[in-house]
Amino acid sequence: MTASMERPASDPSLRPTGLRGVAADLSSDQRAFKNVSWGKAMMWIFILSDIFIFGCFLLAYMSARMSTTVAWPNPSEVFALTIGGKDIPLILIAIMTFVLISSSGTMAMAVNFGYRRDRRKTAALMVVTALLGATFVGMQAFEWTKLIGEGVRPWENPWGAAQFGSTFFVITGFHGTHVSIGVLFLLIIARKVWRGDFDQERRGFFTSRKGHYEIVEIMGLYWHFVDLVWVFIFAFFYLW
Amino acid sequence: MAQEQSRQHPIRLYMVAWGLLFVLSTFSYLVDYLGIQGYPRWSLIIVFMLLKAGLIIAIFMHLAWERLVLIYVILLPPVLVLVFAALMASESNYTILSRLTFLGAGS
Repeated sequence: MTASMERPASDPSLRPTGLRGVAADLSSDQRAFKNVSWGKAMMWIFILSDIFIFGCFLLAYMSARMSTTVAWPNPSEVFALTIGGKDIPLILIAIMTFVLISSSGTMAMAVNFGYRRDRRKTAALMVVTALLGATFVGMQAFEWTKLIGEGVRPWENPWGAAQFGSTFFVITGFHGTHVSIGVLFLLIIARKVWRGDFDQERRGFFTSRKGHYEIVEIMGLYWHFVDLVWVFIFAFFYLW
Repeated sequence: MAQEQSRQHPIRLYMVAWGLLFVLSTFSYLVDYLGIQGYPRWSLIIVFMLLKAGLIIAIFMHLAWERLVLIYVILLPPVLVLVFAALMASESNYTILSRLTFLGAGS
């Protein structure tokens, strides 16, 4: 046994680093993620499982698109908007991308202010994040309405391969649901921050446990993940 | 403690990451706007996508400052999705070949 293995697990700065650290952490007693709370570790593991869900959706889309003999509708034209009498390709999707990235930026700053225990700025930035998220969902609803109006269905569309509609509705629908749940989650935590629950160590209504500002970071992980998934959807579904 | 330090980044870091994400998103939109086609299009899309994903995961999700074990546990399993992708690509090629051979092209 090396001396480093016998040091207290509670202080991660004393633990070995690099690959030796990976082996030591994974083979250690009781917990593998030494300086990560259970809440944060569980959110990471939830995110990992969600990665596989969206991964499978995108793979199903790839298989459908690669194996169809009918031409795939051109997303650049399908998602074009006429602004000022001019057709601008994919413009709505581009704006949605910028809105979601901005919401990730405000969320990252909310996490930062959370750890500085700046109650007001944290809550305000979380509300801004929620508003940007709601804007994103609103634009997605507009996009769905427009496409359904043009005759896109899960089983047919006017431009080509029928699988276009089914993959579009499943992938963007699932992502939009994630954003909507994120907005609710954000508002709930923002209310707790605003009320000062984490400063007064007020016990939670449901769990009767004391909350910490770390929940803002955990919330942030979920929100950034939603943004991350959109990066892949934007690249593979809209741009490809 | 190292953990406490990692949480206290200046706001400027997030602003820079945010700005870079904006620029990269503009670039990926321009790929479509300028009508770049074929392999240049696909490679540019992938490059911008990976750069954006890397920035979000490393900076916004703070993974760059986590212990190596968490980084490996989170990032290595999704790499296996690529194996799945290769399998499905091969399967799709077989499907379209069968459709073209036995069902008649374009039907």
